[in-house]
This record gives sequence, C-alpha cells and structure tokens, in this order.
Amino acid sequence: MKLSRKLMMLLAVLLSFSLIAAACGDDEETVTDNTDDTDTDTDTDTDTDTDTDTDTDTDTDTDTDTDTDTDTDTGSLGDGSLGTITVAPGEEVQIRSLNAITGEVAFLGIPNQVGIELAVSHYGDIHGFAVTSGAGLDDLCSAEGGVAAAQQIVADEQVAGVIGTSCSGAAAAAAPLISDAGLAMISGSNTSPSLTSDLQGNANENYRAGYYRTAHNDLFQGAAMADFVYNDLGLTTAAAIHDGDPYTQGLAQAFMDAFTALGGENAGFTSVAKGDTDMVPVLTEIAGASPQALFFPIFPPEGNFIAAQAGGVSGLEDTQLLAADGLLVDNFMEDPASEGIYMSGPDVRFGTNVNESTGQTAADVLAEYETVQGEPPSAAFWGHSYDAAAMLLDAIAAASQVDADGNLVIDRAGIREFLNGISGYSGLIGTINCDAFGDCGSQKITIVDHTDSGDIEAGKANVVFEYAPA
Amino acid sequence: MTAAIRQRVRPRTAVDRFLTFLRFALTALVVFGLFAFLVQQFVGPDNPLTRFLNEDANRLDWDAFRGLLVSGLSQGSMYGLIALGYSMVYGVLGFINFAHGEVFMVGAMTGLITSNKLFEAGVWDDAFPVAILIAVLVSTICATLTAVLMERIAYRPLRGAPRLIPLITSIGVSFFIQNTSALLLGPGAKRYPLLPQWLRDDRGPTWLRIGGQKILVIVVAAAAMAALWYLVERTKTGKAMRAVAEDKEIASLMGIDVDRTIVTTFAIGGAMAGIAGILWGILFGSVTEFTGFLPGIKAFSAAVVGGIGNLGGAMAGGLTLGGSESLAPQLILEPLGVTGHTQLKDAVAFLVLIYVLLVRPTGLFGERLSAEDRA
Repeated sequence: MKLSRKLMMLLAVLLSFSLIAAACGDDEETVTDNTDDTDTDTDTDTDTDTDTDTDTDTDTDTDTDTDTDTDTDTGSLGDGSLGTITVAPGEEVQIRSLNAITGEVAFLGIPNQVGIELAVSHYGDIHGFAVTSGAGLDDLCSAEGGVAAAQQIVADEQVAGVIGTSCSGAAAAAAPLISDAGLAMISGSNTSPSLTSDLQGNANENYRAGYYRTAHNDLFQGAAMADFVYNDLGLTTAAAIHDGDPYTQGLAQAFMDAFTALGGENAGFTSVAKGDTDMVPVLTEIAGASPQALFFPIFPPEGNFIAAQAGGVSGLEDTQLLAADGLLVDNFMEDPASEGIYMSGPDVRFGTNVNESTGQTAADVLAEYETVQGEPPSAAFWGHSYDAAAMLLDAIAAASQVDADGNLVIDRAGIREFLNGISGYSGLIGTINCDAFGDCGSQKITIVDHTDSGDIEAGKANVVFEYAPA
Repeated sequence: MTAAIRQRVRPRTAVDRFLTFLRFALTALVVFGLFAFLVQQFVGPDNPLTRFLNEDANRLDWDAFRGLLVSGLSQGSMYGLIALGYSMVYGVLGFINFAHGEVFMVGAMTGLITSNKLFEAGVWDDAFPVAILIAVLVSTICATLTAVLMERIAYRPLRGAPRLIPLITSIGVSFFIQNTSALLLGPGAKRYPLLPQWLRDDRGPTWLRIGGQKILVIVVAAAAMAALWYLVERTKTGKAMRAVAEDKEIASLMGIDVDRTIVTTFAIGGAMAGIAGILWGILFGSVTEFTGFLPGIKAFSAAVVGGIGNLGGAMAGGLTLGGSESLAPQLILEPLGVTGHTQLKDAVAFLVLIYVLLVRPTGLFGERLSAEDRA
C-alpha cells in the first residue's frame, strides 16, 4: 500500500518531466529533429528499394546543368539515371495526390485535392495513355502522416510523381523518401522556407532534389508583411507569436528578420502551445515591451483566442494585430474578434489567367470546382495545386515515349529535368518560373484589411497592399 | 501519525531519498525564483543578479499582474467547479471518474447550441440575463443527465468490482462521449455568439479594472459553491451523502437508499460541471470535442491538491492551481531566465500537484482516510 503510492508519485514525477521535456524540445529542435529522423528512415528504405544508387547531390548538379535543352522535340527527356517506369498498353499513368484531407486541417487539403483531380481530368491522355491520381492519400498535416504516405507511394513502382503535401511539416518528412526514390513532388501549398532555399542561392535544411512547389516561399510573405507594417503603417516595434509548427515558426521568423532588416525593433518572439485556451500569460509576456504590432501567423482556434484576449491585456490595447494565411479562413474570419486585423496571403485574384497545358481559365476552373463540390474553396491553394498537377503531367509527357511493344516508357530523370527548366509557364496563378531549389510560385502576396466579420468575401477582397518580388 | 511511525521503522530506500531530494529541490526553486522576482521588482531589473539570470527581464507592473491573477482565478474557479464532481464521486464511491471532464464538455456544447439558437432568435442581444439563465439551465440539465446516465449504464453494473475496473471503464466512457460529440456536432472548434458590450467592458476602480465576463465567472462559481455547501451540510440529502461516504453498509442499515444517494451525487457533480461548461463558453467563446480533456485532468489535480473528498478543498485546489499556472511562469520562471516560460503553464500546474503530494500527501485540506478506503 505504502509502496504503491510512492510508485504512483514517481510515475507522476516522470510524467511531468516528460511534459517539460516535450515543451522545451518543441522550441528549438522540431525542424532538425524531423530531418534527422527521416534521414535514418530513408536509409533503411532505399536498401529495400530497387534503385539504390541515387545520390541527391549529384542529382542537383546534373539537373541544373542540363537546364537549357528542355525544348528539344526529338525524342524524350532524361538520361535514364533514375530508372524508368513502363506502362503497359491499356494501363494508366499513375500519379498521386498527397494532402491533408481529414482532421482539423482538411479545409486546406480538400481544395488541393479537388484542384488536382480537375487538372487530371482536363489534361486528358499522355501519348494515348489515360492518367489517374488514384484515391487521394492523406498527409494528416503531420510528419508521421507524411512519412507513412510517402512509404506507400515509393513502394509502388508505377507512380511517376506526387502532388502534395498540404502541410510543410509533412513535406519535410516525406520529401527525403520521395526524392531518394527518384520521383518528383510538387506541392501547391507548402510555404515553409526550410523546404527550398534562403533565396540567396543556398539550399535550406529540408531541401531535397525533386522537390518543387507552386505556392509562395514564406520569406516573401514575411517580407511583404514587414514592408507593410514598417512602411505603410509606420510602426517601428513588433512582436511575433508562432505555435511551434514549421510553417508558423518559419513565417514568424521571416517576418521578424525582414522587419528588423528594415530598421524595426524586435519586441518579443515567442510561441503558444497547440490546444492552449488561456492566452493571457503569453500576451502579458509580449505586452512587457509594448509592441506597436503583433504578428501571429497561426491557426484557429488558438488564433481566435489571441484575437479575443489581446484587447484585455494591459499594454496591448492599442497594438495592431496582424495575421497570415493560416487564419485567412472562414472559421476565423466569422469571429467578430477578427475585425480590424490585417491578414497576408497569396494573391488569389487569378481573373482570366489561363493554364497553358489544359487551356482552362481560372474563372472556369473555379466555376467547375463549385459545381463539383457544391461550395467555394475553403482555402486559397486550389489553383496552385491545379497548376502543379498540369506541370507534372507536362513533364511526364515530355519525359516519356511509346516503345516498339506499345508500352509507355517514362524516364524519371526526364521529369525532373523538365521541371527544372520550367520558365515562363502560364498557369492559373500567373507566370511560373522554377528556380534551382524548386521554388516555382508567382510569389505574389496581398494583404487584406478585414473589417466586417459578417461579410467574409468582402474581407478577402479588400486588398490594401500588394507585393511582388523585385 | 501511524504513517510517520511506519516510515521510521522501514529502512529508507533510494526512492525515498530521491523524493526527499525532489522536495528540497522544488522548494529551493520556488524560494529562489520568488527571491529573484522580488529583487527584480524592488531593486529594479538593472541589478547584476537579475541581469545574470535573465538579460531581458522586465519589471512586472501592477496592471499586468492583476490581469494574470484575475485570469488565473477565473480559470481556477472553473477547475474548482469541475473538481467538485471528482471529489464527491471519490468521496462516495472511492473511484476516480475520469469521464467527468466530458460532462463538463457536454455542458459547454449544449450551452453553445442553446446560446446560438437564442442569438438567432434575438434574445441573446436584447435580454442577455434571460438568455444566459436559459443557457445555464439547459446546459446544467444536459450535463446532469449525462452524469446520471453514465452512472446508470457504465458504473452501477460495476458496483462492488475492484476499484480499478470502474476507473478503466471511465476512460472508455470518456472516449465514447468525445467521439459521440464529434459525430453529432462535427469535429473542430465552434464559437459562442459574441457577448454584449456591457458585459465585456472593464469594470471597477481604476486600480482594479477587471473584464466583466471574468467577474461574472467568479461570482457564478462562488454562488454555485455556496449553494452546494448548503446542500451538503444543511439538508437531509446532504446528510445522506455524507453518511454513504462514511460507510455504505451502515448507511443502508440506517434506512438510507444508497443507490439513490449515489445517483444524487453524480447529478450534483454533473450540474456543477454543466455550470463550469457554460462559464468556459463565456470566458473563451469556443469549444471543441476535446475541450473536456485538459481541464478535466487539471480539475482532477485540483481535487487532489485540495484533498480529495473535501468539497471546500476542491474549490481551494482549483483556485490554487489556476492562480499558480497563470502567475508562476512570470513570477518564478521568468526571473530565473527560463526560455519559453509561458508555455510551461501546464507543467507548472502538474508540478504544483507533485509538490503538494510530496509535502502534504493528503492535500491541502484533506482528511486521513480510514485504512480500508486507501487505494
């Protein structure tokens, strides 16, 4: 009886230590941890796979070197270095959609998946072979989900490419597996800077050859917000709050770096825990330095709590609140607490942009989306995913040919070669150019002033600031 | 006393030494942290000690302190209300009903549905006191029903089984209710309608301005607590409950309907959780199907901190836990230079639990249980 209580106590102590350890770990090591874990995962995986000699470093080199000769019409692209896929007559060309389609973040992944399905149906056949994106896979918006889905994808040797993931955290975990299998993956909504480069010509820690994205790099979104706050609003001190997720952390950091580079003062950089409801302690910590602006690029419901509770914290009464695309969603914008907040996000004024591969205009695709789904897209990246899928199908078409037996032979290296060379491609989102590290987005950012929680569409359209990289 | 004597006889083990060490380490941490805080406050943040510990330390002004204290106390009074349910069921049946947090969530969810309907009907804005009364009534009734059903379906068949069995069952019940809520109302966060402006305004003299909804939460919690105290200490039903808690067999020999008393206990605990649920909605304006989990665990900790089985203790434990998780990061961890201290809120709450268990195993107001009641 005595002993059991002591044991219980010991257990409780250990439990709380593990809680503390978890809380501390989140702060600094999430990103590096991810890569470490997945690296070891990949090692074991490539052993079991057929193509063992794929070296990421040499891949990038050869790929960038052969940029120029993409538009040779004679024969197909690729030198066969990553192996080939043979599609027998009557079978379909396989690509995969990998998005967050269940759970809290389904609002982000479902528009992506629908965009991909529409692109596949509009694109039609490749050299007479039908294309399928299969049943949509789920990245669960987590590293674990990304790895599980990626393992499923690389186990199927018929898969020629992947469109996804939805979440940057899932991409950081999935990219190593997909890259080592020699495949290309194009995301329509990953925005974390860690997945590509620092824009100065240096790859970031989670970059892998074969990774591309049509979404913007958050370094641009952070710079846009900083520019707006410092130059347009004329505020000189700002604080930022993230929630430990690679997306929120990366964006908050990008904002703060750009803001201090402009001459602004960093008045606090901290984070909340997912699932927290009482934000008064963290807001009190921030209020100590009385920032003029507070940027919190996080998700609902934590974002709602910050917006609702900030006004009641002494020292933050007059602070301008700023949010990003994670909160540019109905659940947050319907909340009266969100009124008066400036929100940044990708420029979705696609208008009559035409995708050159399918010939569809953005307005037509959007109309068809609403017919198929019965509601407007719940997030901004349906067009980015549509373009991503169309680009991949173009790449497959360019990297494949029908052999003497009527089989379609796809060269994996050729797909990457085509994507690396994409320049001046006309997509729904605008003109697409891929840099050497997979950043293909139009990088146009808008900031909206949300004034009426009763009219979300007006809030999304009320653009007060536009940003396009110089 | 017997425990102390037995301890002297038994040779000290490594576990004992470790626990003693922990007791001293935690005390030292708290004392040193408070000392550093006082130095920072009264000498000013530019002294060598404060700068050595935390380069960015700021003096905490009264407004910020008051904000933290009030937010901690209002959250704590909700923990207290939920803790009453844990404490009462433990007192009567001797097992921990882990699904009690979900009763709280059911209260918050039904409060959400009612208040949204009332908002659509216009009552919420026009006659807020009436609307909130209806919402409180509906959520209290639903939470009470949930608790009573839970007892009837899940726990009564297990009466007399070893204590671990209903405990494990209660974890299952907890999952069941969470998932039922997600199935019926859909997953994800749902919002309460906005409170009227007059309620959200800060009130009180300038040195003590408090958000109106926090005052409401604290006052309602105090009123519910007072009503419960009256019920348990001054009415026949309360006497029966106390008798059953003391000894079920003898109580039934005295003509008390034990089953009925147990149902009453669950019902009262459920009602308290229902009230806490609607207060949660008023304070935070948002609920999910997981809303009951963490507050439930915290409330259980509060019940243990206050001394499980003791009603006043449950409330005191709730306030202690709520106050310390809100204040301790700024008062103790920040002066010590702990990074990300506001994220350690939950860790602080559970450290308080461990500390109280180490220093005073019966809890702040706990009574020693008779030997057969001990787990």
